[in-house]
Amino acid sequence: MTSNGDFSSGHPRPTRRAPSGERPEAFRGRPPGYLSHVLTPKPRGRLSEAVIDHLVDRAPLPADPLEVLDHDEDLQLALWTVYELAYRGFDDVDDAMEWDPDLLRVRRDLEQVFEAELRARCTQPETDDVVTALFDIAESDDGPSLAHHVQRKATKEQVLQLLRMRSVYHLKEADPTTWTLPRLTGRARAALVELQYDEFGAGRPDRVHQDLFARGLQACGIDPASRRLVDEAPVQVLRQNNALSLFGLHRRLRGASLGHLAAFEATSSVPSRRMARGIQRLGLPQEMADYYLEHVEADAIHEQLAIREICAPLVEGEPHLAGDVLLGAAVCVALEADLAEHLLEEWSA
Amino acid sequence: MSQGPEPRPDVILCPGGPMLLRGDHVVQDADGVGHATTRPVSAVCRCLRSATSPWCDGTHKLLPPEQRPA
Ligand code: FES
Ligand SMILES: [Fe+2]
Ligand SMILES: [Fe+2]
Repeated sequence: MTSNGDFSSGHPRPTRRAPSGERPEAFRGRPPGYLSHVLTPKPRGRLSEAVIDHLVDRAPLPADPLEVLDHDEDLQLALWTVYELAYRGFDDVDDAMEWDPDLLRVRRDLEQVFEAELRARCTQPETDDVVTALFDIAESDDGPSLAHHVQRKATKEQVLQLLRMRSVYHLKEADPTTWTLPRLTGRARAALVELQYDEFGAGRPDRVHQDLFARGLQACGIDPASRRLVDEAPVQVLRQNNALSLFGLHRRLRGASLGHLAAFEATSSVPSRRMARGIQRLGLPQEMADYYLEHVEADAIHEQLAIREICAPLVEGEPHLAGDVLLGAAVCVALEADLAEHLLEEWSA
Repeated sequence: MSQGPEPRPDVILCPGGPMLLRGDHVVQDADGVGHATTRPVSAVCRCLRSATSPWCDGTHKLLPPEQRPA
């Protein structure tokens, strides 16, 4: 929905959330690059409900959002919904709501809670050697791995469930890190462009990573623009997504954004091969395996670039960011471990 | 002090891992077969264990540290 530019009238907009979670006919069958529009998600508590009602119907927001907060899942969905306005927006929300001052106030309050929690849990000891520390954090990721399970034991249903969850991240892969780009200078900036150029297909629209994943989903019979992908996503997935958006949107957190990138890339190559093998073992479509095979090779490069050519020069130029770089990396590893623990427990039940 | 920033390296040897190569190159493997780079930056395997040789596929990380390339 585009803005109608009519800010003077106090009339509520006629748009209402569609009762079903389905996309309007017009968005079906478009190529992946255009799959940008979905409807607002289903609320998961009083706060997310208030935020969504505000977005869709301009219902007033609570003065203190934390007072109506039901639980972390409610907070995460509210925050995820507000962040989504900066990426793709929603069919049932006016695009101008991205900069709605009431919404920004709520966003700040929720971000403060989330950031404080991440800092309390993931702050790392100081070090002079950021490169070694980043590789160490990535290798400390030694908990039970989803990719291991997919390679050897997972059922088709489990893998499809995981792919639907991963879509929340992979369909915006590399987008939040792009926001960090203008906040950098010199070598780190040039190297981040090199890395992102590869993520965005190196000039070839058919190689854009996000679209490779969308095509893989479609081949598996999953609609990449379905609202259900978000409605189904457990809180652990929303937390992963929100951490990325938090780090990407704030210039202040540029160190954490790049540390997160480094850890993500450095924990991707070997697991991507395991994912591809599992997908092939189960006879799922080759398009989906291809997405992961692309990342075996790409992320073996990206991890070196991210750590040595992006994070190291960033910290050399701005030594006060070292702590945030390691924080971002540790958050990436911790939030993935949370999801793995949750899913493996669910699947072993 | 030198004038202006240092030129960026075109080849980067990564301790324990691959060799990064910026730009377009043809890498000839041990059997004499040439492999053209396809990305803005490529990683050439130095541990000789990659399943996608001559490119690095991350396998070096599964080796004990003393068996990784210097
Ligand atoms: S150097 Fe990475 S697989 Fe050989
Ligand atoms: Fe990617
Ligand atoms: Fe990558």
